[in-house]
Amino acid sequence: MRAGLLAEPVEGLDEALAAVDAFDRALVAGLLRPQPAEDTGPTPLADAVAGTPLAARVAEAAAKAAAGAADEDHFVALAAARTALLGSVHDALLNRVEEATGRSRGAEPAPPAGGQPAANLLTAARAWLSDLARGGWQGLDHEVVSGAAEVVSVMLPDPSLRRLATLLDGFAAELAASCPGASMERFPVRRWADLWSRGMLLTVPGAAGTPVTGTADGRLLPLGIDVQEHATAAQAQVHAVFEPADGSAPRLVRASVSVPKPDTVVGAGIWQLLRPHMSLLAAAGEGRSMDLTGMPVTAEGDLIWSDEHARPGTPAEAFTTARVALPTAAAPVTAPLDRHPARIAVPVFLEGYTARTDDDGVLTFTVAGFDLVVDTDRIPAAGPLTPEAVARSGACIALIRWDAGTFGVQPLAVETTVRKKVASVHAGAWAGGTADKAGVRAEKAATDAAKVLSERAGRLLRK
Amino acid sequence: MSDWERSSTARVIPPARPRKLAKVPFVELADGRLQGVVSSGSDIGRVYVSSVATGTYAFACSTNNNRPCGGARGYFCNHIGALINEAVLQYGAERVVRYLKAEVPEGDVDGAGLASAMRSTRPPMDETKAAASVFSRFLRHLAYLEHAPVTAPLPEMQFFPPTRAVA
Repeated sequence: MRAGLLAEPVEGLDEALAAVDAFDRALVAGLLRPQPAEDTGPTPLADAVAGTPLAARVAEAAAKAAAGAADEDHFVALAAARTALLGSVHDALLNRVEEATGRSRGAEPAPPAGGQPAANLLTAARAWLSDLARGGWQGLDHEVVSGAAEVVSVMLPDPSLRRLATLLDGFAAELAASCPGASMERFPVRRWADLWSRGMLLTVPGAAGTPVTGTADGRLLPLGIDVQEHATAAQAQVHAVFEPADGSAPRLVRASVSVPKPDTVVGAGIWQLLRPHMSLLAAAGEGRSMDLTGMPVTAEGDLIWSDEHARPGTPAEAFTTARVALPTAAAPVTAPLDRHPARIAVPVFLEGYTARTDDDGVLTFTVAGFDLVVDTDRIPAAGPLTPEAVARSGACIALIRWDAGTFGVQPLAVETTVRKKVASVHAGAWAGGTADKAGVRAEKAATDAAKVLSERAGRLLRK
Repeated sequence: MSDWERSSTARVIPPARPRKLAKVPFVELADGRLQGVVSSGSDIGRVYVSSVATGTYAFACSTNNNRPCGGARGYFCNHIGALINEAVLQYGAERVVRYLKAEVPEGDVDGAGLASAMRSTRPPMDETKAAASVFSRFLRHLAYLEHAPVTAPLPEMQFFPPTRAVA
């Protein structure tokens, strides 16, 4: 990998982020009050999209917001402008990653999303987000925040509304934990503006669709499992190389499974909830390929998994896949609305690096003379991979990510050498279950917790 | 802005720490109270809804059918003691102390220490009758077990990385 490219400046990045930051700071104080100056608040956002089809609507929205008189449609326009701008940042960063890794991108453009609008729920969600924007993070109180609860409760049972429901649920929990806003010393300024803008966009009917564009037939070679979670939801994503049966070029794909959860279901408990719905988790955990027949897939390279389209294949060690198949696999294109720097997660194989841990516990790989920070905090606790193992490793399967101005890597698996024998350790090794002693203990604790909750639910919920 | 303020994946709340749920299946810091549900020691069909308010430590304990708890006349009952203990396990003492605005002695504090610090201020009974709303929040919490998993991707979850940090 030409890691040095990741350190070079990206043209236009600072200017784009400056416009984003100006808007994000306005959300701290709230959009109900007039903005103090021309170069603050939403105006730079409007300037940044002046040459695009969004120009007129965003200029109007910014003017209204600057005067403290924006309505819900104006908020949607501002969220769209911010999303478009960060979409361009995503594209520039991803180009850089592809240059550095030598990966080519598929050409298939993602189709526009379509879907069933559930208009009244989307309107309710938009009203809540608009209230938040008016009062700003400094104006947060329990009354404003609790407005999300009912919307989320009604949305969660409907799988087609899961994207917005899950986002709002995680967002509202953070806001609730930060009340009252007036006594907060600092705010996660970009993060909350990200979550707010995403939520706003997803209230546009059809925005959350993930259209299936084809089916996949061939061999799936897992690379590793990425876990994401907030207090009341979790998602596992398997990154894999797909080799089509028709002999066409191999490509990178993902398979995801997600579920809402009570906040007391953590660690191994998350695997227990997800495991029964995707046989691929066990296959990835034990280093096995899967053979797919007619598996639905989106233009973004997301397999819409269902076990009936997959059966276990031959053993396939992830590090062999990473060394042999990964370099030639083409990456899919990101769906237009999903383009955001936080969405960047490019699988990469690293070796020949030196690892060092500084006094604050921050681990850095020096790859071809260039430092890459290793995000060890993302390694799920319910697995055998530890920051210490990553620090001792000689080879690593990772996801390249970008956050807060820099590229970094998230380890999915490492190879370590113990008494001249190479052993691999995978973050997702416990996904399908484990015989590991610590793993068995974690599984038992999770089973006990789940048992208590379902017993209580059975006794109390349907009375 | 600091890196934390410029981060799209800044961690805002640490995840709940695992704990045994049999005695106190539900505890939360919400609505200006430490509140939750405590299983009855004698009747498997009965639960107590207990709470302690932020700042005043005003406390309440009753069954889910609104029968007052016999132990909570003038003092924290055992249910409230258990609730405080489990809150400290789940969220860490620091977060619970901060949320309740409790004045505790310097150094490490456990559930019993926190309870006795609040008890020593002779807190009043809470007359706001919040039991019904706490209980309905518990039912809402349990309902999270009933939602089906989906295999369509949730790109929004990219904003929610896990963290190894504990409360």
